[in-house]
Amino acid sequence: MNNPILAVRHLSVTFNHRQTVVDDISFEIHAGETFALVGESGSGKSITALSVLRLLPNNARLNADAIDLQDDNLLNHSEFELCKIRGRRIGFIFQDPMSSLNPVMTIGSQIEEVIKLHFDLPREAVKQRVLELLQQVELPEPQLRIKDYPHQLSGGQRQRVMIAIALAGKPDLLIADEPTTSLDVTIQAQILALLKSIQQQTGMALWLISHDLALVSTMADRVAVMQQGKIVETGATAEFFNQPKHPYTRKLLNALPSMGSCLTHSAEEKPPLLQVSDFYCYYPIRKGIFKRIVDFVRAVDGVSFDIQQGKTLALVGESGCGKTTLGKSLLNLIPGSGRVVINGVELNALTGEALRQQRANIQIVFQDPFSSMNPRMLVGDIIAEGIRALHPEVSSDQRKARVRQLLQQVDLPEDSALRYPHEFSGGQRQRICIARALAVDPKLIVCDEPTSALDVSVQAQIIQLLKTLQQEKGVSYLFITHDLAVVAEIADDVAVMYQGKIIEQGSVAEVLTQPKQAYTKKLLAAVPVLKMDH
Amino acid sequence: MIVLWTDALIYLLIVVMLALGLYLRGKEHIKRPLQQIGRSKIGMVSLVVLLFFVLIGLLDSVHFKPANDKKNEIISLLDDWAAPLREHGEKTYSAPFATTLYSKEMMTLEDGSMQWGYPRLEFGGRYLNNPETEKIPDILQKTLYGLAQGASLIGFFMLLMWGLLAEQHKRFMRSSTAKTVWAVVFVIVSLSYALIYLSGYYHVFGTDKVGEDVFYQAVKSIRTGLVIGTLTTLIMLPMAIIFGILAGFFRGWVDDVIQYIYTTLNSIPGVLLIAASILMVQVYMANHEADFTSVIVRADMRLLFLCMILGVTSWTGLCRLLRAETLKLREMEYVQAASALGVKQGAILLRHILPNVMHIVLISVVLDFSSLVLAEAVLSYINIGVDPTSYSWGNMINGARLEMAREPIVWWSLTAAFVFMFALVLAANLFADVVQDAFDPRRSGNE
Repeated sequence: MNNPILAVRHLSVTFNHRQTVVDDISFEIHAGETFALVGESGSGKSITALSVLRLLPNNARLNADAIDLQDDNLLNHSEFELCKIRGRRIGFIFQDPMSSLNPVMTIGSQIEEVIKLHFDLPREAVKQRVLELLQQVELPEPQLRIKDYPHQLSGGQRQRVMIAIALAGKPDLLIADEPTTSLDVTIQAQILALLKSIQQQTGMALWLISHDLALVSTMADRVAVMQQGKIVETGATAEFFNQPKHPYTRKLLNALPSMGSCLTHSAEEKPPLLQVSDFYCYYPIRKGIFKRIVDFVRAVDGVSFDIQQGKTLALVGESGCGKTTLGKSLLNLIPGSGRVVINGVELNALTGEALRQQRANIQIVFQDPFSSMNPRMLVGDIIAEGIRALHPEVSSDQRKARVRQLLQQVDLPEDSALRYPHEFSGGQRQRICIARALAVDPKLIVCDEPTSALDVSVQAQIIQLLKTLQQEKGVSYLFITHDLAVVAEIADDVAVMYQGKIIEQGSVAEVLTQPKQAYTKKLLAAVPVLKMDH
Repeated sequence: MIVLWTDALIYLLIVVMLALGLYLRGKEHIKRPLQQIGRSKIGMVSLVVLLFFVLIGLLDSVHFKPANDKKNEIISLLDDWAAPLREHGEKTYSAPFATTLYSKEMMTLEDGSMQWGYPRLEFGGRYLNNPETEKIPDILQKTLYGLAQGASLIGFFMLLMWGLLAEQHKRFMRSSTAKTVWAVVFVIVSLSYALIYLSGYYHVFGTDKVGEDVFYQAVKSIRTGLVIGTLTTLIMLPMAIIFGILAGFFRGWVDDVIQYIYTTLNSIPGVLLIAASILMVQVYMANHEADFTSVIVRADMRLLFLCMILGVTSWTGLCRLLRAETLKLREMEYVQAASALGVKQGAILLRHILPNVMHIVLISVVLDFSSLVLAEAVLSYINIGVDPTSYSWGNMINGARLEMAREPIVWWSLTAAFVFMFALVLAANLFADVVQDAFDPRRSGNE
């Protein structure tokens, strides 16, 4: 085999002299190939990438025998020399396109900056090169877009600009750290296709860092799995997915939600619990000194659906389609208009104290387990809050007993009640949020992307927990998500939302296997599916 | 015993803090941050320094009429104990540890002839026969003697405590932080004992224009500084917190009204308001002379009003910050979850919003504390600060200002005020840093 582009030998990274984040790993990346580093959050994948460029935080210590970039050991270079390598020979794409572009510079000048740094070209040639790059990343109308600021672009377009910046130095190796995680499924597919075609044009090596096994199976030539700082398995993609050797890899693959599971749900009809008809939620756009309402943003534009008792309705759509707004306005957190009837009570007609008393019927679990709990309250108090508010007559001993019971139900140790939220991992926090929602015995829980911030294996556990609770308590879920594979796992019925309207509704088997609308078909096609030949 | 207005407020403050301490004693989740503060060396050392200042301030806040009262004056415990310092006035300026006045004047010699020279001080080093040769050995000897006395006093006290302590506390006392704290206490007590001892024989920080001991002035100013720092903050805090949080949380017309109030208040020059209110107090006192017979009562009234008006003019900045933070917090998901759980709005404000803006309050309180102590100095400069007869670092600086141009320079008033102010403000800042770190649950974990 020819010489590798990048060869890392026995790399270790320690934080504060104690915490070993990357533990003695070695790997090679060859010219023209796509190498994927897979692992759950906290396994040390990003730190590995950063340590190759020596961009580690100050409290980290790097130890390695060699980091060879085409037989040139990067460890022998000074910081000054490394600056010429970063961006020139190794390009880097970060996860979040929102925060990696400077909001007060036009995208054209941000690309120019990189070109001027690495090449000595006349002004005209630089301009020409910027246009070329924007064409290469398939940004529409590059001549006009060159003067745009980042906020004028969508998330996908921004990620294209990021790729253009990374390509500006004509690197031999492009490191893409979770390049599509914050993007919608359809855009994710576009960006991946773009990366693939650019790789073919330029012949550079692509180092893909991801937690998404399905995505990796469609993109990579070789895969390495990282667990707690160690590479536990490396192999060619086909071999890797068909005959995983390490137990951790097998566990990861088993935890993946699969589209096939939707066929196992029972189709038994139950009486409806929640009936929503003709529901609207408009945000006014105000202009001028008198704040006249000139137009509305139609976030939710006339939707109707039912949820049956003890069943799950999945609400699917891309970001910005109004699904979260709908979920929140069902709880009256955002004002909406239309009929919402739960258990025979018309929720929208109520105000003040009467509404407060009915709050127990619908609860919500949010997407971000980090911002959905007050960081200054003890977990026990967080869970007990609803009981305190809605049942002030309950004595404090009974309340404590109830909190213990709830913690048990969501599989958390009892002493969690006296700890703060930040002491828990993402999955555990999501369990606390579920316990908080369950505390007031709701009939319906709105789950707003409860698993999208979690790792695959944790995601599977949470979904299992939700299912078990449904069987035990007969609670219904409105499950808001963009992930169709999760939908197949948990939902009984599906509603597809597009631009504030529900465009397709039906049982999960129907919608996922025989979609009627073109948009639903497009969504389904964009979902990365494990390439496995059985 | 006589209770002045500011005294009453200080007592109230202490009672409230004790009650708060008792209330929080049993709380499990308060214990951990407190223990973290207890482990931090910087925190404990600055706390010791702060407590030392507070102790002096408290001693200076117990006022009474002396038994053999002739001049209808009210003095504090501190004045009583520092009577020699208070009464050993000189004629005019003298340098620290000087035995003669700072400037030459005509003096009458023992044989009746007149001479142009430096007259001996009335108290500073009076007993020395030949100051030029005897002074330095005498100062050294007295310093050592004072240090030894102070050290043995505190050493004895520590040994006594060690003997009385139970075994479990002894283990705590052996930790490195406790050792540092004891060392600091030891140093502070010995040094201040030596200073007190020395000041019985010399003017340690010299004397000012009317011959008053500068060391005494600086120590007396501690109370003024603490009162202005704490009382003003106490007046300002409720307004800033209540208005800021309400405006941010309810928005709409509440927000409009509150914003209108603080924008209006902000656009009136604060100095004008302060000048007007101080004038008002003076007029009031002139009309009710019977109620304000003593100089110290008048000065106290003026101090109280100064605190109030400073409080009224300085809440807007914090209010604005809190409004912005609340605007951000009210969109947080835990606030939405709480309202989905049917928690009443008042409870949301108290349990979710207020604890999460406290770090901002804490930081700005400390910054304001320092800037208020400094503001007092500026206001005294244009004569609308504390009463010219009361002791304050502002008045000291103001007095020293004119002498800066003098040759040779009179530097000691300014230096003394600066050293005391610096120590107090620095200790407060460091302590607040530690407290803030400890009470932020997100940071306390990764220590």
